[in-house]
Amino acid sequence: MEDRIIESRTTDDRITLDYGSGGLKTSELIESILLPAFDNDTLASLGDGAVLDGSQKLVFSTDSFVVSPWKFPGGDIGRLSVCGTVNDLCMAGGIPKYLSLSFILEEGFPFSDFKSIVSSIADEAKEAGVSIVTGDTKVVDSGKGDGIYINTAGIGFQRAVLPGKSAIRPGDAVLISGSIGCHGAAVMMARSGLLREDSPLVSDCQPLHQISAAALEAAGMTARASGSSAPVRILRDPTRGGVATTLNEFTEQMPFSIELDQSALPIDPAVETACDILGLDPLYCACEGRMLAVCDPETAGDILDAMRKIPGGENAAQIGTVTENMPGKVLLKTPIGGRRILAKLSGIQLPRIC
Amino acid sequence: MLYNSYFKNPKDVPLLLEKIEKYTEQTGPVRLMEICGTHTMAIARSGIRSILPDNVQLLSGPGCPVCVTPANMIDMILDLSQRPGVLITSYGDLLRVPGSAQGDCLLARRAGGGKVESVYSPMDALKIAEEHPETEVVFLGVGFETTAPGTAACILEAASRKLNNFSVLCLLKRTEPAIRSLIESDDFAVNGFLCPGHVAAIIGADGFSFLPDDYRLPGVVSGFEPGDLLYSILELIEMLAHGIPELKNEYTRLVRQSGNPAALALMEQVFCPAPSDWRGLGLIEDSGYAIREQYAPWDAVKKFSLAPAGEKEIPGCRCAQVIRGVLRPAECPLFKKLCSPDNPVGPCMVSGEGACAAAYQYE
Repeated sequence: MEDRIIESRTTDDRITLDYGSGGLKTSELIESILLPAFDNDTLASLGDGAVLDGSQKLVFSTDSFVVSPWKFPGGDIGRLSVCGTVNDLCMAGGIPKYLSLSFILEEGFPFSDFKSIVSSIADEAKEAGVSIVTGDTKVVDSGKGDGIYINTAGIGFQRAVLPGKSAIRPGDAVLISGSIGCHGAAVMMARSGLLREDSPLVSDCQPLHQISAAALEAAGMTARASGSSAPVRILRDPTRGGVATTLNEFTEQMPFSIELDQSALPIDPAVETACDILGLDPLYCACEGRMLAVCDPETAGDILDAMRKIPGGENAAQIGTVTENMPGKVLLKTPIGGRRILAKLSGIQLPRIC
Repeated sequence: MLYNSYFKNPKDVPLLLEKIEKYTEQTGPVRLMEICGTHTMAIARSGIRSILPDNVQLLSGPGCPVCVTPANMIDMILDLSQRPGVLITSYGDLLRVPGSAQGDCLLARRAGGGKVESVYSPMDALKIAEEHPETEVVFLGVGFETTAPGTAACILEAASRKLNNFSVLCLLKRTEPAIRSLIESDDFAVNGFLCPGHVAAIIGADGFSFLPDDYRLPGVVSGFEPGDLLYSILELIEMLAHGIPELKNEYTRLVRQSGNPAALALMEQVFCPAPSDWRGLGLIEDSGYAIREQYAPWDAVKKFSLAPAGEKEIPGCRCAQVIRGVLRPAECPLFKKLCSPDNPVGPCMVSGEGACAAAYQYE
């Protein structure tokens, strides 16, 4: 990883309340750590808000990040805070351009950790092609935060008009850009202290700008609205609640069902094993770098081919089909030929007794 | 773990189903009961019911440790969570189980300022106690013989480290007395048992031989993958067709006939059999584990002078009948109406292993 952090002037090794004071220490944090890391003129002007170029339709999204532990195999809260908002913009058919970045730091948070997080934010923003153009830092009393919380908001230009779930019709294909549940499983394993350093289980955290662009281009979709006949009906990144919950959001109150084929689900053996140990279901584990698409079956093959050419999209697969068998529900065909309902996640996933 | 994939994705399903069908022609309608929450969930998740012949009925017995814990015990735990300086640690399942008042559970108490943590292992609770010497850490020892050895090991560890701010509220239960009580009840109508693979890994497959020996009922110790379940169901129906009840062990990759001697020794050292109260079954002699007098300093019941009070059952809730396999979840008047996983009335709906939650979510 490229370390673009300029040596800070501070000799503190922990965040103190002074860094949230708005005074000298705050300026020092901004000038010696944040500005060099995100290096762009809009941010460097340090106005109360950013003045941005653009004359197109915009997409806009925001997300907050409270993941614990802040560092997990395959990423950290910094990387996640960029991917989360970038991916929301991509799923809305946007080309991500600008991000805001707000930190809520807990008094006592190690400075070295903060710098490492800032560094991964800078790397990830570069990879996703977005500029951090405005931001804020607050520090709360020790014991009143979990080390670090981050909020990002993002603006992108509209690349394609997605008609949404009302355009989904029976016969449509349900696609996923890669293996399911890696992020949720990796974080849960890390949280329970069961993950070894050499474990193949890593988060899928990655920006989806290339994969979504490839899919929309393969489908020939542009910013000109093509109505409900657009070949890609809807895109979503299945974060909290996982693939099962996101698909339920598609079918709820709608005149169609979605039927998944369990044997077709790309699930990494490491995820499967972790879920077996923890009593979780990969279909309910969050993904942070995967895209679900519902599309016209005619273009599904082209979209899959396009996604598979992008790094992180190699395991893209069709996992299900839209049917009329049980309107409003998501169904799962099990490997033994049984069929069952795949419900929305109720509350948080809690570990079971045995 | 890859070995497991054979059982996850069995190749010979049509053949197994064909045989099951053939034998049920001889047996007529068959009612089989599973007595393990993980089986309940595994059956529901595999969609096995949708491929079995109509005359094979799978019922859930008292196998969910959370579900069989009476409401007044939950109330007692909820009260304990309000005591100053006390931190409750528990397996995740128990956090949403309501006491006698709907919506009142450990998660709700936590939101109200009570100190409650979910842990994967009692050793995690021990670690919390070590890191917070000013806090009284109580671990809720819930489960059957499966979780008993870990709980016993944890008490021994606390004793050897002289950790005085740690204790266990022992709600552990023994399977055999409960199954006997169920079989001897008036409304018992089950033809065979899928025996719990996890419990048997500890007590041994022999721990269930009382089924054929004393009651002429067939039993198969089963694993948890779809292949395990289908094969075990076939074995049960085959024994019924031939009229020769035996105890078979399908889960040989994990379960020995005589169990795990190290685990059994730990349990023997720390626990003694004691009467225990079951939701749906009532008080059953020797059906629980109590912490031996020698380890009293780590026994939360003694440390905090705990005694359950009030109603054991929730008014209107039919979980007691569901637990005994007398009522199917869908037959309960509250099911999917007043009672759902988001707003559960009884424990069978709230626990991840509960029969009602499984039926609600998957069928």
